Amino acid sequence: MRLLPRTWWLRDLILLVLYIGVIYLAWIALEYGAVYWPVMRYYNRIIVLLGINVILAVSLNIINGHAGQFSLGHAGFMAIGAYGAAYLTVTWFGPFVNKFPPESVQRIVWQNVFLLLAIGVGAIVSAIAGYIVGLPSLRLRGDYLAIVTLGFGEIIRVVILNVEAVGAARGLTGIPAWSNFFWVFFFAGLTILISHRLVMSSVGRAFLAVREDQIAAEAMGVDTTKYKVKAFIIGSCLAGVAGALFAHYSPAYLNPTMFTFIKSFEVVAMVVLGGLGSITGSIIAAIILTILPEGLRYVKDIYPGMRDPRMVIYSIMLIVLMLTRPQGLFGRRELWDFLPKRKDTIPKEGRDEGDSGDKLDRDSGPPVT
Amino acid sequence: MKKFLTITTTAILSLVLFGCPPKTTETATTGTGGTEGDIVVGEYGSLTGAEATFGQSTHNGIMLAMDEINGAGGVNGRKVRVITEDDQSKAEEAASAVQKLISQNNVVAVLGEVASSNSLAAAPICQSNQRPMITPSSTNEKVTQVGDYIFRMCFIDPYQGEAMANYIYKTLKLTKAAILVDVKSDYSTGLAANFERTFVANGGRIVGKQSYAKGDSDFRAQLTTLKGTNPDVLFVPGYYNDIGQIAIQARDLGMKQPLAGGDGWESPKLIEIGGKALEGSFYSNHYHVDDPSPAVREFVQKYQARFGAQPDSLAALGYDSARVLVDAIKRAGTTDGAKLRDAIAQTKDFSGVTGNITLGPDRNPIGKKLVVLQIQNGKLALKDVVDPMAGSAPPAAAATTTAAATDTTDTVTSTARTQ
Amino acid sequence: MQTLLQNLLNGIAAGSIYALIALGYTMVYGILKLINFAHGDVFMIGSFVGFYAGNYLAKHNGDAPSAVNAAIAMLLAMIVCALLGFLNERIAYRPLRNAPRIASLITAIGVSFLLEYGGQFVFGPDPKFFPTLIEKNVINFGGVVTTNYQLIVLGVAVVFMGLLQYIVYGTKFGRAMRAVSFNFETASLMGIPTDRVISTTFIIGSVLAAVAGILYGLSYPKIDPLMGIMPGLKAFVAAVLGGIGNVPGAVVGGLIIGIVEAFVGGSQFSNWRDAIAFIILIVILLFRPSGLFGKYEPEKV
Repeated sequence: MRLLPRTWWLRDLILLVLYIGVIYLAWIALEYGAVYWPVMRYYNRIIVLLGINVILAVSLNIINGHAGQFSLGHAGFMAIGAYGAAYLTVTWFGPFVNKFPPESVQRIVWQNVFLLLAIGVGAIVSAIAGYIVGLPSLRLRGDYLAIVTLGFGEIIRVVILNVEAVGAARGLTGIPAWSNFFWVFFFAGLTILISHRLVMSSVGRAFLAVREDQIAAEAMGVDTTKYKVKAFIIGSCLAGVAGALFAHYSPAYLNPTMFTFIKSFEVVAMVVLGGLGSITGSIIAAIILTILPEGLRYVKDIYPGMRDPRMVIYSIMLIVLMLTRPQGLFGRRELWDFLPKRKDTIPKEGRDEGDSGDKLDRDSGPPVT
Repeated sequence: MKKFLTITTTAILSLVLFGCPPKTTETATTGTGGTEGDIVVGEYGSLTGAEATFGQSTHNGIMLAMDEINGAGGVNGRKVRVITEDDQSKAEEAASAVQKLISQNNVVAVLGEVASSNSLAAAPICQSNQRPMITPSSTNEKVTQVGDYIFRMCFIDPYQGEAMANYIYKTLKLTKAAILVDVKSDYSTGLAANFERTFVANGGRIVGKQSYAKGDSDFRAQLTTLKGTNPDVLFVPGYYNDIGQIAIQARDLGMKQPLAGGDGWESPKLIEIGGKALEGSFYSNHYHVDDPSPAVREFVQKYQARFGAQPDSLAALGYDSARVLVDAIKRAGTTDGAKLRDAIAQTKDFSGVTGNITLGPDRNPIGKKLVVLQIQNGKLALKDVVDPMAGSAPPAAAATTTAAATDTTDTVTSTARTQ
Repeated sequence: MQTLLQNLLNGIAAGSIYALIALGYTMVYGILKLINFAHGDVFMIGSFVGFYAGNYLAKHNGDAPSAVNAAIAMLLAMIVCALLGFLNERIAYRPLRNAPRIASLITAIGVSFLLEYGGQFVFGPDPKFFPTLIEKNVINFGGVVTTNYQLIVLGVAVVFMGLLQYIVYGTKFGRAMRAVSFNFETASLMGIPTDRVISTTFIIGSVLAAVAGILYGLSYPKIDPLMGIMPGLKAFVAAVLGGIGNVPGAVVGGLIIGIVEAFVGGSQFSNWRDAIAFIILIVILLFRPSGLFGKYEPEKV
């Protein structure tokens, strides 16, 4: 029995509408739940942060996993999106919306329109940054690219630290807390959809070709330069969206120390742990690595009076997880590859079978580091 | 094309409507609910990470106060329990930690942080959940501006910067100052700006200004340039862990000028790391550990007995914050967020280790005492007391110190400075 | 002019520390093509071993700084770090030898986190004062000032650079290293005990980190469990700048970064100092994609 139409865009549209409905209901449930069980507010917060991390991981997966360009500067792109969007809302949108009486319909509508606008601007600014950073990737490969992107992220941080208009070291305060569970998960869903469609598209195929063998790809007529930069633009654009959502989520406060290279490392860890190139893998790894440190808050209650060992346990678990699944949780497969296969779904060719492709040649391997 | 536009507009509009928050009537959840069991207070702090020592000191101060209170029978017949969350000196962690304390542990109020950036991240959460928050030692003005549930126990940056500028220019009669500022710290940049403003307004001259980033280890380049400007004093409003290194390297380079700074210098480790290099340097602080007043002596004694170390001003402020909070709970007779907020706001003439505490309408303490301490023979000596509440009368404590410090005519008397 | 010379000297002194750490990075990278992000934290452990050993010795052998105490502390730090480097490779990297290289990068990050958080857990997060193992002397060359510490650091960096260069190009072991670096599988087919060569390389790298840790502690006597992050990162940048895998390149890269940072730090743009290392890196890599001394290897078909 076929539940969904065969046309891909129609199917995606139906799925998206269903998804919006589901997250809307989930959101209402969470908000009402929080009235009766205050603890839900904490869970709500963790879930929203998780959604933001999912966007970050899936977007980095486009650069690192699909196109095989090793970026360590994702926190920088996120920072640009966050600060770009927040600057707009603080200086123009916020004061405009505040003119309407609280709880009025206009105010709520304008607030959401402006939130979307700010997210859009954040995404564009990040995409431009992604384009600029993507350019060196034409000349640099592997680790050299990694360190340049890392450096770029740090430069962004130092720049923010020296711009008084966005609060410099004090941080940017007074951002309206407009983003919420619904928006974060709406964009998370959109990111996943974009990423999924991208792999299926000719662009995605070109990404995979660049990842697997740049020279062969070029010989086959793939404009590798174009696709590398494209991967950076798309990935950083989505990171900018994540940043904008993060900026407007309570406590709606930005500080340059939130976007150090450690943050980039965390996102890279999510992508690699999930399996490079696996979208569902990235999602699940993002969930694990977001919940883990929060869940470990309870460890210290077992041995009161001792120093809190939660981050020690976190780092040990990160190592152990990586050692047990070196190719990532899912390898290059997706979640549904583990399910019993139906014959009428997407053709198999072009999809990696996972582990076999992961054992890279050490010397002449592709630029996946 | 027209059809496409219509469809997208409708889609976006319907999305916008979806994004409207569901109408949940926020029933102000009362604190720990009933009147039975322990009163739970939350604390978040940098117990690990770059600012860990500040968090540790504050934590010790809070624990000391709470043990004392519980030893004396608790509040209104109930014991007070503190739940502490580590925020790793990270702002986003601070927000999550506080959200956890409020919703999971249902704390009645929150104590913390030292670093203003972490307080700024946590304050909106306390405000929207209607739980009072008292920051013991965040000096940035913006913190208490977040909302009416956010209180502070220490003086703010402008006050401290002005006091130091006045002390250096008017009391010490030094006219050329160079500034070395920690660009990564809001505290340092804020203090430097306020110092510079007052110092220049007084008629002094800032001959050089260089910056570093906290955690750096090599300051020779900046110091070499500042040495060339030949200042009378080097104002370094940083944290103690960098100050020691800066002092050592300045002396290596042959700089003889005294260093000056703010309350970030305060730590028993300052002299341990800086050693002889800091001789003659001075800084402003919240209290003096050798203050002969009985309140301070008692606190220092208890602290040393329990933790085996001298309390720094962060410990003292943590101690005061905890006691002010408990005092408010006692006066309110309830742990309800709004009532507790009002009770804290009405704190008046509370006798704390760091002076008498009266909270003003902006939820900052009015006219807190400021002391200037100088490192002499590896010990801290009281050089000056700025006590706005004492009026123009020379503060008693200052009279006991060395002759150089007896000039108290420049004592800041205006209470307006704290606002 | 004097300021200029002084800043040049400041830069060389700071750069020598970067150079020492960078040597360790470059060794490990040269052989495994692995960015060992934990290297900066091994350096921190070296410092802490020196701290505890120095304090213990001072208590038992008298307070006065003595060459014997310094030597013992240094030796202990080297042994502990060698062991740490060995275990690190054995536990976190070797099982991933045949996995994608990025997996070992993540375990490297994991080990780095573990040492940082573990350091705060074990040593406590507060900064410690590194004991004065050797008496400090300020040396004045006509107004330009340096200390004997700075000269020692520079000397040690240069000596180790020479030593490593000799090991890599002048010994049988070095030839084995180069073979492993060139092609892992062929090398093992040729009878080179690749695992042992890699282990030894890690040990050498970690010993270098220990030396750097002690010398750092002497020059900047404030140590804490997070002290390895920034110097580690800068040193890594230095190694890449010089052409990662290249021994003299690491030292030159370290010195360049040190000197440029000193000049920027002394200028009116001192608030941009943290960014300058990366800006130089990007500029140089745009013109020389494999660093200053790195060989550019175009992709093979």
